[in-house]
Amino acid sequence: MQIGKEKLLWMYQTMVEIRYYEETMAAVYMEGKLPPNIQKGLAFDIGGGPVPGEMHLAAGQEPVAVGVCAHLCDHDTVVGTHRPHHFAIAKGVPLGPMTAEMFGKVGGLGKGKGGHMHLFDPAHNFSCSGIVGASMPIACGAALAAKKMGKDYVAVAFFGEGAANQGSFHESLNLAALWNLPVVFVCEDNQWAISVPKNKATSVPSVAVRAAGYGMPGVHVEHNDAVAVFEAAGPAIARARSGQGPTLIEVKTDRYFGHFQGDPESYRPKDEVATLRTKDPIGLLAQLLKAHHMMSDQEQAALTAQAHQKVIGAFEFARASAYPQAQDALADVFARNHADTRELV
Amino acid sequence: MSTPRILTMAQAISEGIAQEMSRDSAVFVMGEDVGSYGGIFGATGGLLDKFGPERIMDTPISETAFIGAATGAAAAGMRPIVELMFVDFFGVCMDQIYNHLAKNTYMSGGAVKLPVVLTTAIGGGYSDAAQHSQCLYGTFAHMPGIKVVVPSNAYDAKGLMITAIRDDNPVMFMYHKGIMGLPWMAYLEGSSNAVPQEAYTIPFGQAKVMQEGSDLTIVSISQMVQKAMLAAHELQGQSIHAEVLDLRTLVPLDTQEILKSVRKTGRLLIADEDYLGFGLSGEIAALIAENLDSIVLKAPVMRLAVPNVPIPYSRPLEQFVIPQVHSIVQAAQALTVGKMAQART
Repeated sequence: MQIGKEKLLWMYQTMVEIRYYEETMAAVYMEGKLPPNIQKGLAFDIGGGPVPGEMHLAAGQEPVAVGVCAHLCDHDTVVGTHRPHHFAIAKGVPLGPMTAEMFGKVGGLGKGKGGHMHLFDPAHNFSCSGIVGASMPIACGAALAAKKMGKDYVAVAFFGEGAANQGSFHESLNLAALWNLPVVFVCEDNQWAISVPKNKATSVPSVAVRAAGYGMPGVHVEHNDAVAVFEAAGPAIARARSGQGPTLIEVKTDRYFGHFQGDPESYRPKDEVATLRTKDPIGLLAQLLKAHHMMSDQEQAALTAQAHQKVIGAFEFARASAYPQAQDALADVFARNHADTRELV
Repeated sequence: MSTPRILTMAQAISEGIAQEMSRDSAVFVMGEDVGSYGGIFGATGGLLDKFGPERIMDTPISETAFIGAATGAAAAGMRPIVELMFVDFFGVCMDQIYNHLAKNTYMSGGAVKLPVVLTTAIGGGYSDAAQHSQCLYGTFAHMPGIKVVVPSNAYDAKGLMITAIRDDNPVMFMYHKGIMGLPWMAYLEGSSNAVPQEAYTIPFGQAKVMQEGSDLTIVSISQMVQKAMLAAHELQGQSIHAEVLDLRTLVPLDTQEILKSVRKTGRLLIADEDYLGFGLSGEIAALIAENLDSIVLKAPVMRLAVPNVPIPYSRPLEQFVIPQVHSIVQAAQALTVGKMAQART
């Protein structure tokens, strides 16, 4: 598959942005969570600081998000996971409101009600869920809606390799193939379902082989490489868009941080992450771009600075946004009813 | 005399499980991250080293399969303890729980015994948002066929766990994250207390009077008991003498102890972290209503619970919807306002 320079540079810059976002968040997240300003005897307080609660970061997994989203438009749907930032950024979710949501501020995507696992941006058709395997049925629904409305929109469900053992995976693949839905299932295989390695939880070495059982193509991407993901995702999305039905793609990728920030990771070999980082996908793409004279050192510096600035601006926006009023907690349980003004077909 | 041994609730639970596993080879544990991780909330800490992977089994993220398998294994003579991390996740496997585990004994006319202990973490307070912060014990208590155990401290947790394992029925054992004594989450320290080394049982259906008082009864469960104790201490300084009742189990419910206390005090405050509607607080209020022929109420029954909204992420919103020590104090003051007025004249 031909990839234009513009797409390659977009993938590179977006990966830089994601990485810097996750690293910034990793640092900010630790504010207010360490001794001595927490309950005596604790090593860490998950509920403390400006960004409380669980935090699942996607550093290392950038190629999956950019390689797939490079093929998508705003009207295509993406449903992400509990580790959603890279998908959201690659889908074009505005960074300021996304970050403000994680700070629990009124300027957040959900006015502070959702938090980092529950980001909703209808304008970009992005959502995610903290429940393992929950993305797949919802993406099937978006695909079903596109089909019913006669649009050529596609939906992408991202999920981890652990979710491939959930009932929702098997039910969704069957439904999507049966109804010929324009959906692409993208499995991020980072080898770890919290502490349980893939080979202790999954009956087959590759999730992609399960596609055959549901009558759809299964594609395995062996390397954590944006170009390889782009090349695998292109035909799958084109297939869906042209009404030929769903595809399952599995990408081997790498989780650099713990399952959540603060995870002791005692289950993981000590030098595993250091080894993984030696073949970092951002560096690999930079090498490729330079080898093909598509990016000079100067251009790289400019792209990087621009991406970093965007992230810094988002965190400034989040910090400056106000907290909601306590009473606001009682609103939004139900949507407000408006008179139905749709043009009926 | 040696000083008493203080354990956290997590330590007490895993000790109770270990002692029963040593005593009875039919007992085994399965669930997500129960092995080398020791349970995300420490309930199976150290068990893998003691008993090995044949009896401490990490599972795939396939809850319908492994919780259903617990039902099958129990019917065939084993005594499984099954963990599912967060109560919020039971949505993916509820059919196996409420249509099978909870009903097979009844539908078989008592011929099938299902000695299964389902363990799970409940509760919020650390900004983990709507899909990781619920209590939901009312949901399980609502459905006939499952015993529901919700301890508030380490001593009770061990004794109740051993009773749960020896019970020939399904038991839902629900531990609040904010009293487990984890090194990475703030907790109410009253929950760590003296725990005898030897195995012991605590019968189900026996509420515990945590503190005697004459002015009002505060009925509570789980972490909210610890909050009620702090509130009662504060109220003491204002000459309001609260009697604090820890229900310990919802099914069976110790109705006699509740009635006895309310007959004595004439005022009832129910402090609950579950949703307000159709739950624990309504059940207890109904119990009082049904017994008004033998109770003289000095004030209407008062309920504190989550006001029928999902748990919001943002800290000020979450702190507002979950009853806090100060809200228990305020409610108790409002309930006893008549008494205080009388005292002043």
